Amino acid sequence: MKSAASLHFKTFLFILFMVAFGPLGNVLLGKGMKRIGAVQVTNLAEAWHLLVRILSSPTIWAGIVSLLSFFVAYMLVLSWADYSYVQPASSVSYAMVALLAHYLLREAISPLRWFGVLVICLGVLVVGHTPPRTTEPR
Amino acid sequence: MYHLILYVLIIGAGTLGELCVTRAMKVVGEVKDFRPIAIVRVFARAVRVPWMWAGISLMATAFFSLLTVLTTQNVSLVVPVTALNYGAGALGGRLILGENVSARRWIGVMVVCAGVAIVVLGGR
Repeated sequence: MKSAASLHFKTFLFILFMVAFGPLGNVLLGKGMKRIGAVQVTNLAEAWHLLVRILSSPTIWAGIVSLLSFFVAYMLVLSWADYSYVQPASSVSYAMVALLAHYLLREAISPLRWFGVLVICLGVLVVGHTPPRTTEPR
Repeated sequence: MYHLILYVLIIGAGTLGELCVTRAMKVVGEVKDFRPIAIVRVFARAVRVPWMWAGISLMATAFFSLLTVLTTQNVSLVVPVTALNYGAGALGGRLILGENVSARRWIGVMVVCAGVAIVVLGGR
């Protein structure tokens, strides 16, 4: 059985992967979909045309690969840690998304919105300080 | 109204999906071997758990709703709004997974929701 310290370390490591790949995937998808523009689908042919355009974008593929990496890390960490621990612990993603959107996508982010991101992280910090496990392992 | 439905799908289906994946991974058991072949074996075990398929289907619904909303809205607005998942997560954790959600945790969830409201009011 692994010690508590090594369990903490591997949990931290996998959450770090989640925080890195999740926001990157979202930002890449945002960039790819913005290039495609507003969706106007009224029939099947248009839906097919849209799907082809989405799947031929390298940015969207990079986003999908990044989100898949996030999902693998997420699945593995949930095999030993609580959902109510992992979900708040990965909240640093919100600040990461704002930073990536600002610097990579050049999206304007108002001071109020930055403050909102800060409040979200604060709330998540409070949630994260509650006991990580409240149910018996199955 | 159109965006509201999409946000409900992103938050509702997304959180339910995550709760299902959590239950599936607890059935699979703690992963201790991280060699690629061992991770492939974990996947092989995970896909035999019906909860995993329910989770993936729900998360895919949330994902495609997210893709649609991202075509017209800024990612710095869309992603923080999905922080409402914390409220849905705490509720689902209590009602579906039987977790004991303490007063402190609920306070944290409310602070998160306040943060989300501020982000939305922050405008473009």
